[in-house]
Amino acid sequence: MSGKPKLYYFNGRGRMESIRWLLAAAGVEFEECFLETKDDLTKLQKDGSLLFQQVPMVEMDGMKMVQTRAISNYIAAKYNLYGKDLKERALIDMYVEAVMDLNELLMTHPLQPADKKEQHFATLVDKATNRYFPAYEKVLKDHGQNFLVGNQFSRADVQLLETLLMAEEYKPDILAKFPLLQSFKARISNIPTIKKFLQPGSQRKPPLQEKDVPKVMKIFH
Amino acid sequence: MSGKPRLTYCNGRGRMESVRWLLAAAGVEFEENFLETEEQYKKLIKDGVLMFQQVPLVEIDGMKMVQTRAILSYIAGKYNLYGKDLKERALIDMYVEGITDLMKMILMFPFSPPEAKEKNLDSIKERATNRYFPVFEKVLKQHGQDFLVGNKFSWADVQLIEAILAVEDNIPAVLSGFPQLQAFKIRMSNMPTIKKFLQPGSPRKPPPDERYVETVLKIFKI
Repeated sequence: MSGKPKLYYFNGRGRMESIRWLLAAAGVEFEECFLETKDDLTKLQKDGSLLFQQVPMVEMDGMKMVQTRAISNYIAAKYNLYGKDLKERALIDMYVEAVMDLNELLMTHPLQPADKKEQHFATLVDKATNRYFPAYEKVLKDHGQNFLVGNQFSRADVQLLETLLMAEEYKPDILAKFPLLQSFKARISNIPTIKKFLQPGSQRKPPLQEKDVPKVMKIFH
Repeated sequence: MSGKPRLTYCNGRGRMESVRWLLAAAGVEFEENFLETEEQYKKLIKDGVLMFQQVPLVEIDGMKMVQTRAILSYIAGKYNLYGKDLKERALIDMYVEGITDLMKMILMFPFSPPEAKEKNLDSIKERATNRYFPVFEKVLKQHGQDFLVGNKFSWADVQLIEAILAVEDNIPAVLSGFPQLQAFKIRMSNMPTIKKFLQPGSPRKPPPDERYVETVLKIFKI
């Protein structure tokens, strides 16, 4: 056993990607075990490794952790990316939860049936540009600091960057009206651990391609 | 200003009910501001009070908190219902998140189209009895303690008792295969703060009905 966290998921972004980002941002090396077929998932379920029969699952510090938020919360706290007190944690949680709502929209877009895709895309762009991005633009404007919370790098910064980049994959000019988010994006991307994660050859996963959707559906459904 | 937390939401369970449960379990009195019309909701948005234009909103300790999980985590942390260290917190988070997945099905259920209601109810029953309840039955059996984590009352216990009662509202005999959970239910119901919350006249809201569904659809134009 290497002592490194071990991530169990399919070889793609999905719900595990935020965890990869967080570990990478914290400078923590990790291993991955990819589920390729439904049998791989069934085997994990049968040997009692998955508390609620679901992945993501991360083996870490003697625990088999499941539930994306539980895993992310643990990593953030362990590596000091969760603020310095309860109130900072509250702010981080608020920001992260909203980012996760937007993330969910982005993540589920490739899985939409063909006749719903256009509407879903419109919703996604509307929510990003009218609900979420203005809120973070304002946070950065109001305090003028480099990071979202407490003038210190935290998981909120990592998760917002992840989502900004994903949104841009869908619509490259989606940040056009948000100058502070643009400079935030540049700034956070240049943090050494994140810069490394953004380079080819890292464990960052590419966007889900249309052609791979059936394979993913087969594993989970 | 009274200093008590102030909850803004519709006059019904929805996503705020878990917050009411947790505050009540912690013995914290709170005030409520009920949304009844679309105009009220629009005014809140216009006043810039809702960071992402959504409720729940909880005004507490000088913060206007939104996002249910952020609110619950803050309350749990503040009132010592979040375990004694990182690993206990991890367990509590895992359990709460699993229960929340089940609660989401219950949250959405009243809004099911009539033709989907029976199927959705079956799904709730299936998930409760095959995925979630067995986990907690096993946890309680294995350590033989009164509470889910660390031999101490925590957010996980509050969330579980809320979920058990909510499922029972829809499926009365759902605990029939789960003796540990039956004992847990009685034990939690008898804790003084929870006992008080379960009595008539408390801030606990009744199960959602047609009128609640109409109000929500009207206010949020869903």
